[in-house]
Amino acid sequence: MAGVLIVGASHAGVETAVALRERGYAGEITLVGGEIHPPYQRPPLSKAYLAGSTTESSLQLRAPQLYRSLEIGLVLGERVVDLDPAVGIATTSGGRRLRFGRLALTVGARVRRLDVPGAGLAGIRYLRDRDDADAFGAALAAADPVVVVGGGFIGLEAAAVARSRGKQVTVVEAAPRLLGRAVAPVVSEFFRQAHQRRGVEVRCGRGVAGFEGRDGRVSGVLLDDGERLPAGLVLVGIGVQPRTELAAALGLDVDGGIIVDSSARTAHPEVVAAGDCTVFPDPMAGAGMVRLESVQNAVDQARVAAATLCGDTVDYRAVPRFWSDQYDLKLQIAGLSTGYDGIVVRGDPESEKFSALYYRQGRLVAIDAVNRPGEWAVVRKALATGGDVPAARAGDTSCPLKELVVVRG
Amino acid sequence: MPKVVYVSADGEKTEIDAVAGESVMETAKKNGVSGIVGECGGALSCSSCHVYVSPDWQSLLPEVGDEEDEMLDGTAADRTEDSRLSCQIRMTEDLIGLVVTMPDVQQF
Repeated sequence: MAGVLIVGASHAGVETAVALRERGYAGEITLVGGEIHPPYQRPPLSKAYLAGSTTESSLQLRAPQLYRSLEIGLVLGERVVDLDPAVGIATTSGGRRLRFGRLALTVGARVRRLDVPGAGLAGIRYLRDRDDADAFGAALAAADPVVVVGGGFIGLEAAAVARSRGKQVTVVEAAPRLLGRAVAPVVSEFFRQAHQRRGVEVRCGRGVAGFEGRDGRVSGVLLDDGERLPAGLVLVGIGVQPRTELAAALGLDVDGGIIVDSSARTAHPEVVAAGDCTVFPDPMAGAGMVRLESVQNAVDQARVAAATLCGDTVDYRAVPRFWSDQYDLKLQIAGLSTGYDGIVVRGDPESEKFSALYYRQGRLVAIDAVNRPGEWAVVRKALATGGDVPAARAGDTSCPLKELVVVRG
Repeated sequence: MPKVVYVSADGEKTEIDAVAGESVMETAKKNGVSGIVGECGGALSCSSCHVYVSPDWQSLLPEVGDEEDEMLDGTAADRTEDSRLSCQIRMTEDLIGLVVTMPDVQQF
């Protein structure tokens, strides 16, 4: 039986490999990753790992001996540079030739880079992989002030870590509000206030025009309104772009990511893809293409990909889930709020414990819960099991959210 | 290295040597014990590391915290008096032979 080659030793890649064995797949599995580190988790890199409260061992996705016992061949520190499915040979950057029958692309995404004058100065950093986190964490020890360019999740999480270490921090966001792609204005405003309350300066609606340097190191950030922010260290977190080069070279459909169907299949019958690199039908609605940057998607979609590789095609259906830890604030998201037309806030954002329930065409579609894990759990379960929370009553905090759920099917 | 005994929903036992200081969830996940998902990696943000722990063993564990308590209401399998989130149980040398029973589902 021809083996499976998994390109990308990521959350999605590791899960694909493990799920294949759980399904009884007995053929060869090779997992190739460009990073030299054993496969590890990404979320802690901007949270507990950056803050120094997680060990390197805890960061790993699986114990080293598990790959051996499951006979998953690991090729680390090498990238696949050429793929020929017709003859079943992949060539790596190290010159290895790997034979395969079928292919899983779990190649993830790379950071978007800021292209302005001075962007190449030392002390301007990005945060995507472990080496980035180690370098940024080390630089943070000595550096002050810190400027974070990008008010998305990575930027805000890094800002929280920096601020918690006593640094003077300014967050600069080009859009009118923080977390603009992910949450409603009321939640954006909550995070702006929460960071400001903790001493972080926030500049929304400002772009970066350039960086100033001294002796090759960054010394200031120039905003597009003329303001100059002194900076000893800059973190740029302005999003990621899916890696689509291999897919494009294979002639697969690519449009903002590798296009797959709800069974993780690409345009090529022997190629599946999963995780941050994919664009696929909304797993809640079943229609409408989405790209989800989350561990939940990487893991759930990888399991679907593994099923497809074993010849059992399943439909990827799941309630999207996401979390972000900033200071003592836990944000949990369930569902997809895109296109919402109604919102109900439960609780008072000033108290730093509240939920925002999102509605579309009269139906609950998502929740953003801040320090409200119980409410997140209620909505997550409701969304998964055909439940709903009528908007008219949703704001009544005298009634536990659990009791407001009705089953609509 | 303290040992954890994972009992699956259909009674199958798997013994794993834990690294002291790592959680019951991490130990399961890293060693391929299917039956515990632990999607959020121990951030108390997913409820997919649910286990049942007998009262005898629970008496040796730290009590259920407020956040854990709220998240336990969100487990896919029924919550009982024995329910814990295994990311909150850190293995120590005193917990040798800790027995945890896994539910039949961790996700909806």
